[in-house]
Amino acid sequence: MTTHTLSVLVENKPGVLAHVAALFSRRAFNITSLSVGPTSDERVSRMTIVVDGACTPVDQVHKQLEKLVRVLKVVELEQDAAVERELALIKVRVDPALRAELLDVAAAFRANVVDLDPRTLVLEAVCSPGKLDALLGQLERHGTCELVRTGLIAIGRGSETITDEDQAQREARADATPVPA
Amino acid sequence: MEVTGAQALVRSLECQGVDVVFGLPGGAILPAYDPLRSSTLRHVLVRHEQGAGHAAEGYAWATGRVGVCLVTSGPGATNLVTALADAYMDSVPMVAITGQVPTAMIGTDAFQESDITGITGPVTKHNELVTSAERIPAAIAEAFHIASSGRPGPVLVDLPKDILQAQFTWSWPPVLDLPGYRVPGPPDPALVRQAAELLHQARRPVLYVGGGVVKSDSHEALRELAEVAQAPVTTTLMARGAFPDAHPLALGMPGMHGMYAAVAALQECDLVVALGARFDDRVTGRLADFAPKAKVVHVDIDPAEIGKNRAADVAIVGDLRTVLADLAEAMRALVTGRGPAKTADWVATTAGWKRSYPLRYTQASDGPLKPQYVVERLSALTGGEAIVVAGVGQHQMHAAQHYSFTKPRGWINSGGLGTMGFAVPAAMGAQLGRPGELVVAVDGDGCFQMTAQELATCAIEGLPIKVLIFNNGFLGMVRQWQELFYEERYSEVHLGREIPDYVKLAEAYGCVGLRCESPGDVDAVLEKALAVTDVPVVVDFRTHDAEGVFPMVPAGHANDDIVLGPEFTAAEQQAAARKEVIA
Repeated sequence: MTTHTLSVLVENKPGVLAHVAALFSRRAFNITSLSVGPTSDERVSRMTIVVDGACTPVDQVHKQLEKLVRVLKVVELEQDAAVERELALIKVRVDPALRAELLDVAAAFRANVVDLDPRTLVLEAVCSPGKLDALLGQLERHGTCELVRTGLIAIGRGSETITDEDQAQREARADATPVPA
Repeated sequence: MEVTGAQALVRSLECQGVDVVFGLPGGAILPAYDPLRSSTLRHVLVRHEQGAGHAAEGYAWATGRVGVCLVTSGPGATNLVTALADAYMDSVPMVAITGQVPTAMIGTDAFQESDITGITGPVTKHNELVTSAERIPAAIAEAFHIASSGRPGPVLVDLPKDILQAQFTWSWPPVLDLPGYRVPGPPDPALVRQAAELLHQARRPVLYVGGGVVKSDSHEALRELAEVAQAPVTTTLMARGAFPDAHPLALGMPGMHGMYAAVAALQECDLVVALGARFDDRVTGRLADFAPKAKVVHVDIDPAEIGKNRAADVAIVGDLRTVLADLAEAMRALVTGRGPAKTADWVATTAGWKRSYPLRYTQASDGPLKPQYVVERLSALTGGEAIVVAGVGQHQMHAAQHYSFTKPRGWINSGGLGTMGFAVPAAMGAQLGRPGELVVAVDGDGCFQMTAQELATCAIEGLPIKVLIFNNGFLGMVRQWQELFYEERYSEVHLGREIPDYVKLAEAYGCVGLRCESPGDVDAVLEKALAVTDVPVVVDFRTHDAEGVFPMVPAGHANDDIVLGPEFTAAEQQAAARKEVIA
């Protein structure tokens, strides 16, 4: 599956998530995951949206998101130029005979045991999406009984930040300064 | 100065320069109706909230200013949804103000509560649930700014009752806080030059003019560009009147029920210059086969329209008000420097198509009354100067085809959403926006019955709109599709001509009611209707029930499959398919 990762800065105001969700529904855009959280600026939240590129034109998603009044900035993060992570909590059945092997798998993926029970344990894994899929594949034979994933978050590599203003933006802002009657 | 939220709302509207508000009060919005009594705002009390919405749209279409409506929470707000969706599809600047249950009761299924911001999210340019009285002036100012700038559209402001009752210190103007709202700046001169180059090189160019030209009031620059470039012009359903139909370069309307010359020109051209148009399916037919030989210059104020349906070779994001003027100037420079555009053969061909395959219908003097004939007589008697408002269906297409439009903002209809019942309330709004001018609603009997209650509003407010009902007793457009695509298996399309009695209905509403059944009476009845200047007039035109709208491109087909209709011979139809000039 071809996916595209969009980082979206939005105003931290009520109704913003509803506007974004309504847009995706209205335009029949398919998304793989969406995660939202605060940023270092309390007025701004950041969404990471993973779009299924096979059935959704990512250019349209980008442009339509930018039209939402409460959306401040949309940046597509190229996979090579970004760090992508997802956190998963995985409840796995423990067969005493396979216990050591299970812990080896966890260690190989640097997954931590965060809860333990005679019959199950809960692993916490922070991985790139591909690695997480590989871990889940390994755990399958042990019996994964419950899984929760945060959805992808991502950040661009290098010293540039998402809040750096480009020339076009500065111009757009200067033109849009409205003077009410 | 201390004011209530309600007083702030009314003052904010006054400060925005609003002169008319269409509305209907109810529980949650009650506080706002008290200060309205002493305001300079004219409030027009509609009979149904949908009427308020379409009236605001009609006002906006006719004037270019923001239309405003004011309704209560719950059902009042949900009754507005169709009008908001309509305004969103047709990019009509509109501000809707809705009452809401008190903040503490939101989410409790309170009486007349509805999540109107949630409901209208997908059909508004923006909406906001206001949560403090202090926020009201800025919320209203932002709503007007968003509705009227960039690509226009409807904005809804939801005001809980307790917020309307709370007190705070008034100040104006407010500071607008819209850090994420972008309006395109001036166009890139290099792109404008590229577009002009393509236009100058083209041998078979067509200007594909959409509603954006009307909304940006750039019709004069359009005319200059067309004449300098010697490029034929098609005006979409949203742009009728943006270019005078009588102009030698005018090809008329393209699309599913477009004129043959306009449809054929777009299919055969080597360059499409799309100006404030969005390659809508009703224009393109099967998209893959639309204008197959053409490069595309696409100018639009909405970046998301560029490349949405058809890739552009040159894309210019910007306001047509400046882009069209710049483009005309760049074109003039090229013509001066390198000689005139070489389009004479092409212009002659398109003119030949116009002559060969005109709109055709037969009106026998003793035969059934044809709707096309009524539109033609209306066009002649008004000199193309009336503001014509239509609903949706056959009558709308007949009006768009047969009225000879002379100027922009003289044609108002529901294009994108296709809202039956649009005409009467939209005509009411247009008449309020342009008092003293002739406003004529061309309506179908099916459409008319969906919003006819606003005749009462028009009569009481002294708005002398003329409503011409093309009464064929059917949901005519649906009937036509059943005739053509369901082998005449008519299902639930017969309304009947006699119920209601439209003359009596008109009189019951305080209007003049007239009836016309034969072609020989059309002029006399129209003249009588047009002469009334104090109350609305309703004319019951008993039109032919089997009349279809032609030409027609069947849905899902390529525009090359255009069907001229029963008035043309098989030989003519075949010649048209080969794009031959035969007259």
